[in-house]
Amino acid sequence: MSETHILEARQLVKRFGDFEAVKGIDVAIDRGESFGFLGPNGAGKTSTMRMISAVSQPTSGTISIFGLDPRFDGPEIRSRLGVVPQEDSLELELSVRHNLEMFGRYFDLPRRVVRERATELLEFTQLSERANEKVDNLSGGMKRRLTIARGLINRPEILILDEPTTGLDPQARHLLWDRLYRLKREGVTLIITTHYMDEAEQLCDRLVVMDQGSIVAEGAPRVLIEQFSTREVVELRFITDDHEEYYERLAPFAERVEVLPDRVLLYVNNGDDTLRDVHAAHITPSSALVRRSSLEDVFLHLTGRSLTE
Amino acid sequence: MNPSTRTDVGRSRWLRSWGYHAEFYAQTWRGSVASSVLFPILFLAALGIGVGKLVAHHHGLVDGQTYLHYIAPSLLATTTMQLGEGESLWPVLASVKWVRTYHAAATTPLEPDDILYGKLAWVATRAFVTSVFYTIIIGVFGALQSWWSLTLPLIGTLVTVAFSAPLVAYAARSQSDASFTTLYRFAFVPMFLFSATFYPLSAYPGYLRPVVQFFPLYHGVALARAAAFGQGSIPAQLGHVTVLVAMAIVGVAWGRRTMRRRLTD
Amino acid sequence: MGAANNATPIDGLMIARSFPMIGSRRSLRVLERNALVYRAQWVMLISGFFEPLFYLLSISIGLNKLVGPLPVHGQFISYAKFVAPGMLATSAMNGAMIDAIFNTFFKLKISHVYDALLATPLDVTDIALGEVLWALARATMYSASFIICMAALGDAGSVWVILCWPGAILTSLTFSCMGLAACTFMRTWQDFDLVALVQLPLFLFSGTFFPITQYPQWLGAIVSFSPLYQSAALLRGLSLGQFDWIMIFRAGYLMAIALFGLYVAARRFSKILAP
Repeated sequence: MSETHILEARQLVKRFGDFEAVKGIDVAIDRGESFGFLGPNGAGKTSTMRMISAVSQPTSGTISIFGLDPRFDGPEIRSRLGVVPQEDSLELELSVRHNLEMFGRYFDLPRRVVRERATELLEFTQLSERANEKVDNLSGGMKRRLTIARGLINRPEILILDEPTTGLDPQARHLLWDRLYRLKREGVTLIITTHYMDEAEQLCDRLVVMDQGSIVAEGAPRVLIEQFSTREVVELRFITDDHEEYYERLAPFAERVEVLPDRVLLYVNNGDDTLRDVHAAHITPSSALVRRSSLEDVFLHLTGRSLTE
Repeated sequence: MNPSTRTDVGRSRWLRSWGYHAEFYAQTWRGSVASSVLFPILFLAALGIGVGKLVAHHHGLVDGQTYLHYIAPSLLATTTMQLGEGESLWPVLASVKWVRTYHAAATTPLEPDDILYGKLAWVATRAFVTSVFYTIIIGVFGALQSWWSLTLPLIGTLVTVAFSAPLVAYAARSQSDASFTTLYRFAFVPMFLFSATFYPLSAYPGYLRPVVQFFPLYHGVALARAAAFGQGSIPAQLGHVTVLVAMAIVGVAWGRRTMRRRLTD
Repeated sequence: MGAANNATPIDGLMIARSFPMIGSRRSLRVLERNALVYRAQWVMLISGFFEPLFYLLSISIGLNKLVGPLPVHGQFISYAKFVAPGMLATSAMNGAMIDAIFNTFFKLKISHVYDALLATPLDVTDIALGEVLWALARATMYSASFIICMAALGDAGSVWVILCWPGAILTSLTFSCMGLAACTFMRTWQDFDLVALVQLPLFLFSGTFFPITQYPQWLGAIVSFSPLYQSAALLRGLSLGQFDWIMIFRAGYLMAIALFGLYVAARRFSKILAP
């Protein structure tokens, strides 16, 4: 079997009873790529992840990973994958090191190899000093790093991360991102789900935007922004119960206007110019901000909804 | 698909799950020693010696045995039943829901079946070790009177697996532990007390005897007693074994379904 | 009454101060909260009562015949009548200990319910007392139903069995105060194995299943320190209507342990919750 893509999924569907979590999506991921699934909670990202990590079987559609079919070669595929699930699922009563070493045994790695790799990975995830501590005592960020170390114990060709930084403070997130860059540089294919725009922009070469079980857009973050948004955005807040009442008045100033519960967004090419024009028209917002377009705006444009609501 | 790669990673996968459970136990065994080793001995001392003295005084021998000897084998059966319960309900629910370590295991080459078999094999291992130990203890108390006693560790293991398999299956499909306490109090405590454990079946009024014989533990108790004293007919013992094996088989078949559903959906 | 400021270290006066606070209305809020939470778990609440009942039933069916009548203070009574008060004492102990230790530990260290309660006008002693009141409310229900079953099975020694009711409530008080104190020393769930390690030997060897006269004298003397033994003996005397001055000593012993437990618990609660 030729291996054009390291992972390829066609018409993937996952149904739970009457509920269709994933509605026929197509994805192709190249070796060494860093690929993202972006979407709000409930978009079907986790169901998709579980299917492409050869754990859950699709209701219909096909998946090929390393040119193998998970229906028949699940164990073989999973022996070459690393998975970092949304919840850490660590043995809380055991030490950091034991968590790694015991997990390594699932891959039938010899004890000596597991011990060496555990030492290496603890170094890599900056947990060496905590090696003998009980996992229960670790902070959220450390547990997350340990779960990543665990996902790497079998030297996987693909590392699948489900919401890797949800619930972490900014410092812990940046440390984690840094480790993921390094893995990428070493040639590991990364597949990441996230509902954070900045994370997707930082980490992903290419991504798909998912909403309600379907893919609504696909491409590199920059390309998606250029395609579906303007260069800049002006955010205006007013002292009002209903920002909707400003829509009519602001519409002439921008290519597109989005009204959110707490602010109005003007999609324009030059934010400072627009802001000046708005002030000149005697419209006085209580606060105003000019920023670059982000994936958040892409999502808003594509679905009419905010990602983080 | 390529059959040769399949078998390569397929070999002995359940053994890895067994090893994981064993290593986990090696890290956390301390608390369980008391309950699995000390408690049956305490029961034996209090009831066998303490109450036994009263029984000897008033009633004399029970089915031709001193009271201590009479209850010693049945406590092997109750202990191994309790081992099966204790290892299967809360720990499995924790692994599939609270901590989700079985979900983590399912992302490795292991299949849900492998995780299940490894778990049951580990519980059986523990039961065997506990039973050997316990058999030696009751031997010291003089309760072993036949070469059939050598089968007691196997009987203990069988009782554990017969309870563990369906309970693992049940726990793997549970959403909370609310029903577990009820199960304990309305199934396991009565079974512990009413399986002809502490006095012969003949003590029950006739209409209750079929109820007692309906309890799976009754068959474990009867089997253990027969082995320790070398009494009872072979066909009757085969009947007891059949009941317990059937429970184990049904439990495994059910567990394969519930584990797969829980871990892969 | 105005409860003492919980942040001040609690001295020996704590015991004296504890008494008036049994009337503290604020402790009743803790009781209410527990009752509300438990309403959702009524099966558990009801089923807790069945375990000792099953023991009683099992003994009535079988062991009663094997053991035969036992002499208690010159009066021969059936084995079931001998064991039943011990089972009542045991069920009071188990109920109180499990609730005081497991549930309180959960609230103290895992779910931090108490931290939330302390953000209200409640203070630490209100909480400790509220937990004790809750244990007593449960014990009142449990022991009443147990005594009714005892009587129904013919395992009551006399009409005085009705006095077992306050006796069992006192037992619950003793063990829930001890449990509260013990729970503050628990660090992890593993420590709970130690609880069973105390509970089971108490259950088996406190004169519940056989008279302690069977022990060598020195061992009997040790066992008589067991609060469960004192409770079982007290309840047995009450059930049989064999009144004796020593009962006052037994009740006093249980009360003293309760107060000591409460004192330690209140002290430790303050240390943990409002350091």
